[in-house]
Amino acid sequence: MWTGDTMTNAYELIVNILTAIGVYDQIYNLFEIFGMAYVLKILIVSVLIAVLFAFVLVTVMFLTWMERKVVALVQVRYGPMVTGPRGLLQPVMDGIKLIGKEDIIPAKADRWIFTLAPFIVFVPALLIFIPIPFGNSLIISDLRVGLLYIIAISAVSPIAVLLAGWASNNKYSLLGAMRAVAQDISYTIPLALAAIAVVIFTGSLSTVDIVNAQGDYWFGIIPKWFIFLQPIGFVLFLIASIAELGRIPFDFQESESELVAGFFTEYSGMKFAMFFLAEYAHLFAVSGIVVTLFLGGWNGPVIPFIPVQITSLVYFLIKTYAVIFFTMWLRDTVPRMRIDQLLNIGWKIMVPLALLNLLVAGFLVTAGVI
Amino acid sequence: MPSNAFFDNYLPIAILTVIGFVFVAVSLFMSRIVRPSNMTKEKLTTYECAEVPVGDTRIHFNIQYYMIVIVFLIFDVGILFLYPWAVQLKNLGAPGFFQMVIFIEILIIGLAYAWRKEALEWTQ
Repeated sequence: MWTGDTMTNAYELIVNILTAIGVYDQIYNLFEIFGMAYVLKILIVSVLIAVLFAFVLVTVMFLTWMERKVVALVQVRYGPMVTGPRGLLQPVMDGIKLIGKEDIIPAKADRWIFTLAPFIVFVPALLIFIPIPFGNSLIISDLRVGLLYIIAISAVSPIAVLLAGWASNNKYSLLGAMRAVAQDISYTIPLALAAIAVVIFTGSLSTVDIVNAQGDYWFGIIPKWFIFLQPIGFVLFLIASIAELGRIPFDFQESESELVAGFFTEYSGMKFAMFFLAEYAHLFAVSGIVVTLFLGGWNGPVIPFIPVQITSLVYFLIKTYAVIFFTMWLRDTVPRMRIDQLLNIGWKIMVPLALLNLLVAGFLVTAGVI
Repeated sequence: MPSNAFFDNYLPIAILTVIGFVFVAVSLFMSRIVRPSNMTKEKLTTYECAEVPVGDTRIHFNIQYYMIVIVFLIFDVGILFLYPWAVQLKNLGAPGFFQMVIFIEILIIGLAYAWRKEALEWTQ
């Protein structure tokens, strides 16, 4: 049973609340009678996971609406307005439409791999959320290798893209998948190097430790966010993560004017919906990681009389939506690059710069300057 | 039942993996019940801008992808060594820092060699 003062994850928070109400001991004893105390833990964790899952799905639906609204804002249009207030129910209608759509598997496609790809693209997009701290103690599991876990899980999505592109047996799909994989693996290097430069300052891969390290203030005013210690690292990480997401200006995997729809040209119905959901779940996850690493995570001014769990969640969401808005804004204002330009920037500018940034960060820490 | 911290930390991942797979399977099945299915020969052909598809897709592919993957592999393995170093740098002090400077120098020399050999060029 949980004892102590600090809460490290959402499970302990729930146990703490139940104990405060005074029902936890009774429930615990009830399960104890049948010798299944562990079942209670699995139940509580399952409920938390279900909450996280619902939260992510609702956020993803909101993001598809927000994307259209931001595009409309930039192009001086209204965007979706008919379904619901300000078109807010548009994602629901899209979902209903996609469920009713025919699911076409081309005759020449590899049926099993074609069906497997939506699973492999969707599940890792969810798994990234496990070690992301949404707020003070609002984290599903504070892994000791949290950052390494995030980078490892996000490296699974190129495999799904390659499976989808190869199984479709479509030339556009294959070209899109190959480009996507080349781009993903090129930009993983600066991404990981920029993340390691942050790890040097914290001395821990745990996301909670990284957020806690940014909680103080310089001179009582400037927050100790890593964006101020690592400005180059922040820019590199942001560019690399937008490239990993495959969004404009780096959207070679699905550049409509050249490759129709890239690696999911042949997908329709719910399988297409899975790629769509995974894309926006990734966007949310990556923005959350940028906030966690460089923008102070859930840190913010403490407001009296309101539980810190709620204020920290609000701070985290405000910062995350700011990053998401930035990427959407970028999408609407910047033209697409060429594939050779993309790889040149990745390998010849970002990788050397990231290595240099890492050496400078290592030197500053070793010399004891910071 | 095992009840250690390691198991507790990774239990949510196992549960979420199962929930994720079940969600995708259920939504595909739901759509199978609701949707129409009226396949014709033309509908099942591969999309190629409304033309009849020409040839096979699975052909020998551009060697440039292979070169980029090789360079990536070298850097990715190098980065794996950097994680434990970054975590322990404050304890290792100056000797640890300079050893890793040499390591990163070697990576940079490798990058310069690949650059010189035009392994990073997309078109040749």
